[in-house]
Amino acid sequence: MADNKRTCLYDKHVQLGALMSPFGGFDMPIQYKGIVEEHNAVRNQVGVFDVSHMGEVEITGPQAEKFVNYIFTNDITDAPLGKIYYGMMLYPDGGTVDDLLVYKVAENDLFLVINAANIDKDVAWINEQAQNFDVKVDHQSDIYGQLAVQGPDSEKTLLDTLKIDATDLVFYTFKKMEYDGETIIVSRTGYTGEDGFEIYASHAAINKMWDLLIEAGVQPCGLGCRDTLRFEVGLPLYGDELTAEISPIMATLSIFVKLDKEDFIGKEACAKQKAEGSAKKLVGLELKDKAIARHGYEVLQGDKVVGYVTTGYRGISVEKSLAFALVDREAGTLGNELMVKIRKKIFPAEVVKKRFYKKSYKK
Amino acid sequence: MSKIVEGLYYSESHEYVKVEGNVGFIGITDYAQHELGNVVYVDMPEVDDEVSQGEEFGAVESVKAASDLMSPVSGTVVEVNEALEDEPGLINKDAFENWIIKVEISDASELDNLMTAEAYKAFIGE
Repeated sequence: MADNKRTCLYDKHVQLGALMSPFGGFDMPIQYKGIVEEHNAVRNQVGVFDVSHMGEVEITGPQAEKFVNYIFTNDITDAPLGKIYYGMMLYPDGGTVDDLLVYKVAENDLFLVINAANIDKDVAWINEQAQNFDVKVDHQSDIYGQLAVQGPDSEKTLLDTLKIDATDLVFYTFKKMEYDGETIIVSRTGYTGEDGFEIYASHAAINKMWDLLIEAGVQPCGLGCRDTLRFEVGLPLYGDELTAEISPIMATLSIFVKLDKEDFIGKEACAKQKAEGSAKKLVGLELKDKAIARHGYEVLQGDKVVGYVTTGYRGISVEKSLAFALVDREAGTLGNELMVKIRKKIFPAEVVKKRFYKKSYKK
Repeated sequence: MSKIVEGLYYSESHEYVKVEGNVGFIGITDYAQHELGNVVYVDMPEVDDEVSQGEEFGAVESVKAASDLMSPVSGTVVEVNEALEDEPGLINKDAFENWIIKVEISDASELDNLMTAEAYKAFIGE
């Protein structure tokens, strides 16, 4: 296996004493001070994440909008400039290629942000589908570094520390700005359930901004707390809650699948699942005990295995043992009493809503 | 630099056993708690359960993952540290003070299979 890639901030993570671990083909910081402290910094103040491992693809050309609408589940028809859409790329059977953000840069100019682990697969998929369209697919992952500044104090931090005024941005919008002699992208987005921003810029500019933020005392945050933060507010992670076998309908994300728009890959399969009910369904589980249900553990109803855990934690902002699980649809009714097998023991778990903690976005 | 206590016996899976008479106090080392990070749950056996050297007897869960606990000696559980049920983070505060189970050791010669403090220090590369 090839060596893991490194982001443009790798040396800085090592200097800060981060625990480094492979993620999505990159050596990434999992934690600096500790997952709990970093998690709480984002919930209560502000934290900064290196998310330069994320991939970027720009689609341009006369049929760019038509093409993206064909490979993407959300509807970007006549989208206003500066708007961002969340959705998925699907296989014809409804399984998920990836979940992604689409930024409307200009007419027929769309900027796609994809998951690190899926970059090669996605770029190949996009290029394959693009053959019958008049578009240009430009893979830009190596050009951009990316920071996520997240938490209730993030707007003020951008303004005071980076001199970036993003006060005019509402949730899921972005703008291009001049910074240090280059054009950067700033969006009001994130993966924590808190207010926050994501910044796309050159490696040099990302390094400069990172240094300014760390010098100003902003808590560096690793992927460890990124996962606990997104989990508590019910956001999916590709590989756990969305996979080639798990459609967005099964993951109960049908709000991002616009079945009333023109044809897109996976539409028919999703329409069928929606109409007939999918065989499997993603649910939230709350364990009565303190034991923790981890990815892959079996979920039972009586003696019957009805599914498996996709993600589970002892919550940090919510002090309960919580999990997402993919279970048979009939077993997944709210309030049902199921069981999770943890090592050799069986623990009762109630089916609950997946949003364990309330999001605080600036809409 | 991890804390290592003289006079205890250490396993390669980072448990220690402190021997008093025929009773062993079993826990995880300071090095192990540091590697795990915030401990949020300790899965412990019950009193009178049998444990065997090198075999799993429970688990320590950090925020991120579960790690099996392997018993450094064979014997019968005579007490579990109930304070860890309400405050598992005690292990992060002092892993050597906050033992996990007390075992009546059935075969003292098994201690020869474990490392001394000095050997464990070398084992973790400190």
